[in-house]
Amino acid sequence: MENRPLEYDYTVAKMFMFTTIVLGIVGMLVGVILAFQLAFPSVNTFLGSGLAEFTNFSRLRPLHTDAVIFGFTLSGIFATWYYVGQRVLKVSMAESGFLMFIGKLHFVLYVIGVAAVVVSLLAGVTTSKEYAEFEWPIDIAIVIVWVLFGMSIFGLIGIRREKALYISVWYYIATFLGVAMLYLFNNMEIPTMLAASPAGESGIGAWYHSVSMYAGTNDALVQWWYGHNAVAFGFTVPIVAMIYYFLPKESGQAIYSYKLSLLSFWGLMFVYLWAGGHHLLFSTVPDWMQTMGSIFSVVLILPSWGSAINMLLTMKGEWQQVAASPLIKFMVLGSTFYMFSTLEGPIQAIKSVNAIAHFTDWIVGHVHDGVLGWVGFMIMAALYHMAPRVFKREIYSKSLMATQFWIQTLGVVLYFTSMWIAGITQGMMWRAHDEFGNLAYSFIDTVTVLHPYYTIRGIGGLLYLIGFLMFAYNIYKTMTAGRKVEESELQNASPMGA
Amino acid sequence: MFHWLEKHPFFFAVGVFVVIAFAGLIEILPNFAQASRPVIGTTPYSTLELAGRHVYIKNSCNACHSQLIRPFKSETDRYGHYSLSGEYAYDRPFLWGSKRTGPDLMRVGNYRTTDWHENHMKNPSAVVPGSIMPGYPWLFTNKADVDTAYAEQLTVAQFFSVPYNKPVPMKDGSTKTVKMGNSVAEANALALAEAKVIAADMKDQDVKDAVARGEIPEIVALIAYMNSLK
Repeated sequence: MENRPLEYDYTVAKMFMFTTIVLGIVGMLVGVILAFQLAFPSVNTFLGSGLAEFTNFSRLRPLHTDAVIFGFTLSGIFATWYYVGQRVLKVSMAESGFLMFIGKLHFVLYVIGVAAVVVSLLAGVTTSKEYAEFEWPIDIAIVIVWVLFGMSIFGLIGIRREKALYISVWYYIATFLGVAMLYLFNNMEIPTMLAASPAGESGIGAWYHSVSMYAGTNDALVQWWYGHNAVAFGFTVPIVAMIYYFLPKESGQAIYSYKLSLLSFWGLMFVYLWAGGHHLLFSTVPDWMQTMGSIFSVVLILPSWGSAINMLLTMKGEWQQVAASPLIKFMVLGSTFYMFSTLEGPIQAIKSVNAIAHFTDWIVGHVHDGVLGWVGFMIMAALYHMAPRVFKREIYSKSLMATQFWIQTLGVVLYFTSMWIAGITQGMMWRAHDEFGNLAYSFIDTVTVLHPYYTIRGIGGLLYLIGFLMFAYNIYKTMTAGRKVEESELQNASPMGA
Repeated sequence: MFHWLEKHPFFFAVGVFVVIAFAGLIEILPNFAQASRPVIGTTPYSTLELAGRHVYIKNSCNACHSQLIRPFKSETDRYGHYSLSGEYAYDRPFLWGSKRTGPDLMRVGNYRTTDWHENHMKNPSAVVPGSIMPGYPWLFTNKADVDTAYAEQLTVAQFFSVPYNKPVPMKDGSTKTVKMGNSVAEANALALAEAKVIAADMKDQDVKDAVARGEIPEIVALIAYMNSLK
């Protein structure tokens, strides 16, 4: 017993790997449809005018953002937690029937929650708050799912053999705490069914409807404190958790600097939460908060780049691996896009730049170079690394993975370059005055000019989706047709077929 | 200290929470008492307007249209006076939006009419050539949910003291009272009375007939809401 290596149990990890892929396809497909709707409005009725209510841009847009955030990304976070958690804490899920039950329940309730979200958004049941569109019954379900996630994290930590928490675990804990705090405060709402009329009637109207506890400017403030930090604790913190585990594992290199990881972690925790105000520049939020939002956004470059540089320097002396392995390519380019995106964000948060960029497609471009280039690449790399360990088979095709990498990279580049041009063009046209001081362009002029960029963006998004389908196929073939491998082949670099 | 924290998950988690909660305490809380006061002339939404606001939210109009005019000449030229915090005092949720695929709608009631909206919502590119906005023909047949709007009015009046059935000061020194029904039937009657005024300016015979029958299509509620944005 003493000498037997620990057998990790990946039952729950496998379940979440499955939803990562399925919901990734759904979310990205909807995204591509949206992109082409902006370029070619007739796409709004692609399922016929009878179903236009459910297929038009405005109804699908929240479905896209929520499917990629709470579907694809969150599933990826859960899948990697149920894989990484056991390994860095040196304890198996199989050792605790209770934790195994919690993990499975976590998955089942999550899937039910996702189904409820899809139905409600298509039906137009929404609170309108971005990334917090769900009405109170779904909010309660999400809180339960999140509590189960927390129980999994702290339960596994409770029975750990490795006493010191590895860096990735810090970030998973922060993800849990940050999202819990943000989500609870931003979704404070009162169900309207509780109200009674003077005539004594109660339970009036739709049972699922609620009204926000905050009004106007306050509501905006809380929403963007949430919205910005949902990015922090959904798209940054847990993804950093992944790269701190998977890059050293795959490359066989030790993390470059422990001190840098400390500085980056605590710096990120402290600074990120202040930066939400940059979504509200020139709004009716008090000026000092806007300025704080701007300043802290610039300061945020330090901890963000700290992590990214730590990752890139981890590859020091081993750069030939980037050329040799498409899996390492995903992670190294992911870190690079992370640096790029965390430099672009602070630039947009500078007031004079924001005056042009806000409300334009440049913001959309910024989001996507982060999520496509960093979050998407990292989650796919993590799943590629996990697949041989979970299924005990080698990755089906290395050349397919390499092709996918280049197709998706081209997709991301087309996406953000077209959105840069579109955003800055529109921002400049909105503010242009002619020689007599009148507005130079009517609004519609600033829309029609965007057509070519919207088309290029659609193509970029489509390339990314095609790459994602290649990823899904590659994982599927790994599960079913990959060569079986021994434990000894799974030490560092993942085994890959031709 | 950090080495110690890494071996004590509970204190580690407490440490993380304190660090992330700090910004919220300093930045978010102090503003609350101050920013929710309405400016003079801001009135609560009527039942029909609120039902229209729900139609606006149901169709995610805020995904493409902002309701926030920034204090730049180019924006005030295009959309009117820049936004004031107190103008949003009765907006739950706020609808500032984050993307202007279409123009700002903060004061759309000042320069668009019932008639314009009717034509535009049916087929936007017929009114604005080159528009990429899709048509919303289902608004002409779906029925507005007046009951839920009424339930929301009751809720905000009870929990947030929104002044329904009370005089609200206007800019010219007069006062205005926004009525809220005492029962579901009364609320529906108030909404219908308002809907009749809107429908009188519309051309669509089906909508006119529906309102005459006592039904309120979503488009009527939506136009009532848009006309109230000033």
